[in-house]
Amino acid sequence: MGLEFYTSKLADAVNWARKYSLFQYPFVTACCGMEFMALWGPKYDVARFGAEFPRFSPRQADLLIIVGTITERQGPILRRIYEQMCEPKWTIAFGVCASTGGFYQNYSTMPGADQCIPIDVYIPGCPPRPEQVLDGLIMLQDKIQNGQGFVQRREKREHDAGKNKLKVLP
Amino acid sequence: MSLAVLQRAKELLGDTIKSTHSYRGDDTLVVDAAAIVEVMRLLKDEVGMDFLVDLTCVDYLGREPRFEVVYHLRSMKTGERLRVKAPLDEPEDGSNPALDSVVPLWAGANWFEREVWDLYGIRFHNHPDLRRILMYEEFVGHPLRKDYPKERRQPLVRRDPNE
Amino acid sequence: MAEAKKLVLGVQEPEDQSEYDREFSDDDELPTEPMTLNMGPSHPAMHGTVRIILTVEGETVKSGDVQVGYLHRCFEKEAEHATWTQVFPYTDRLNYVSPMLNNVGYALAVEKLLGVVERIPERAQYIRVIVGELSRITDHLTATAAGAMELGAMTIFFWCIKGREWIYELLEELSGARLTHSYVRVGGVAYDLTPNFADKVQALFPKLEKILKDVGDTTLELSFFRDRMDGTGVISRERAIQYGWTGPALRSTGIPYDVRKDHPYLVYDRFDFEVPVGSKGDNFDRFIVRIEEIRQSMKILAQAFAQIAPGKVVLDDPRIILPPKQEVYNSIEGMIGHFKLIVDGIKVPPGEVYSYTEGGNGELGFYIVSDGTGRPYKCRVRPPCFCIVSALPELIKDRPLADIVPTFDMMNMIGGECDR
Ligand code: SF4
Repeated sequence: MGLEFYTSKLADAVNWARKYSLFQYPFVTACCGMEFMALWGPKYDVARFGAEFPRFSPRQADLLIIVGTITERQGPILRRIYEQMCEPKWTIAFGVCASTGGFYQNYSTMPGADQCIPIDVYIPGCPPRPEQVLDGLIMLQDKIQNGQGFVQRREKREHDAGKNKLKVLP
Repeated sequence: MSLAVLQRAKELLGDTIKSTHSYRGDDTLVVDAAAIVEVMRLLKDEVGMDFLVDLTCVDYLGREPRFEVVYHLRSMKTGERLRVKAPLDEPEDGSNPALDSVVPLWAGANWFEREVWDLYGIRFHNHPDLRRILMYEEFVGHPLRKDYPKERRQPLVRRDPNE
Repeated sequence: MAEAKKLVLGVQEPEDQSEYDREFSDDDELPTEPMTLNMGPSHPAMHGTVRIILTVEGETVKSGDVQVGYLHRCFEKEAEHATWTQVFPYTDRLNYVSPMLNNVGYALAVEKLLGVVERIPERAQYIRVIVGELSRITDHLTATAAGAMELGAMTIFFWCIKGREWIYELLEELSGARLTHSYVRVGGVAYDLTPNFADKVQALFPKLEKILKDVGDTTLELSFFRDRMDGTGVISRERAIQYGWTGPALRSTGIPYDVRKDHPYLVYDRFDFEVPVGSKGDNFDRFIVRIEEIRQSMKILAQAFAQIAPGKVVLDDPRIILPPKQEVYNSIEGMIGHFKLIVDGIKVPPGEVYSYTEGGNGELGFYIVSDGTGRPYKCRVRPPCFCIVSALPELIKDRPLADIVPTFDMMNMIGGECDR
């Protein structure tokens, strides 16, 4: 008990707040974008999960959704956008193209966006059904709650290693 | 479809035509690549083929001549269509094969010719702005040539694995 | 201690005070100088990945260098490594807003090279028309939705997406996939229509008509919408032809070129429909032409459902069509036929054809070359929106910066098709 107890409870509360207020930056490139529109539309309504508000500046977003094929030519741009986002941040690869390259294995497409940025949740499907995406979003929310996001884990590691003394939250 | 177009073109162009054929309803003219702009001008002004539908290239690796630049034309008045092919060989010294640009005749040829340069490495003389269009400038080689392997990537950025 | 260089914040007073003392008159314009701006490739007001390097002077665009190719997925290279049938999924993802139209276009090209176009069963041709027109409706709805959304008319976006959702559901029922259907085959279509398909589609018409009416009513009166669409992005007929424009964009200039009318394919010559044309060739014309085309598509659909007769949906030719599963499992011939078709692919005679259909954005052409094996030697798409976007630098030149967004939207650039 003691300080430890309170900080871990506080972390829980903060993570709980974070998971229901995801500000997304959609990096929409290809066909998956059509399903992404459907996700916003009246029927599937991603607003129910507190993640409906797209920010069109990476600096204001904390969830990067990579929707569609990433080509080698887009790699530097994607990397730059990811680096512009403030921490803590999470990423979702929407569709097989963003996850692994899908059935485009050739000189121009990148075999998965994780070649250039870390990814937290992969949603398979070509394109994934909106239900799958909602499922993926819930998985991400669980990850956030448990502090399992890529950036969260790195922060925890750094905290445990004695760096980042100022940050109380893991 | 219409032998009339072929007939008119033959009368007009004479020697620059190497051969003609019709297959599955598509009329084709094979012309001398050196005279392509002259041929196109005549086809556009005299035969009435005023719409450049498509411009592309085929790489017949191992065949002489290796490349064929293919133009598809349409007449907006009569709806007749015509395919014009210009065979093109690789120069001995290893430089890029080249022919004249048809941008002065059709503004739409601009991007098509850039694409052919990008993917097949065919130069177009007098093109206003011959840059790569689909691939990035750092890319080496011309990927749609038959001797470019399908999966040879040239990455611009990769993640640090220890991140 | 040496004096550090003073950090000056804010506006600095010029040394020369005479600039302040000068009298300004009304026709004294603020001086502008050219500035380079980067727009894209991930820009909120542009669907599709395109980058525009702009040189602006004040609010006026002096020149724009449009860079496409951010979604180059090597359709041709992939097609050269796949069998003729395996190319269908790639065609789905060309113009991913109207996958069925691409499927149909590609199937017709291969059939033309095989020389079997005339022998395709009539029912299959009708089904192709039906799914194609449904796809055209989704295409135009999406173009309208995205265009309106990027001008801030979010309500129109929701209406159109709702309408599109109904059609996706029907197409899913038919093909098993919401978006990437791969439903058409060389020689016919994969399965027959589901029971009551016609009724379900026809039940949609009044609802779609309501959406169209609402969208039309709103946009005709929405002054900000009209201000930004009317008279912007104007192109003349001659320039449009020079650039190789086709489809709704060309028709907005008043040229009634529609492949369905001018070179009827499938059974389009049996339907009575009109080709809506614009008059000025501006963005609003392109918008309104698309809306009107949705109505015409519904008209075609109604006629197609009235005319369609029962029958086979695939060609009767074991060299092209897979044998029924019954035979594959129970007879050696069926098994071998199945194996050969899957592994080696359909044997297409050597030669080359160019086949064209009316896609969502205009003339969608396939130029295919076969060397007699089971794989395409070359499979080129003539991308309609590539030609259309190539005119963008000209259309935005010397126009205000704000015109870029509506002009670009109404071109309906689809990355998959433009960059292939
Ligand atoms: S996963 Fe499929 S639908 Fe999504 S971008 Fe890739 S090819 Fe398109």
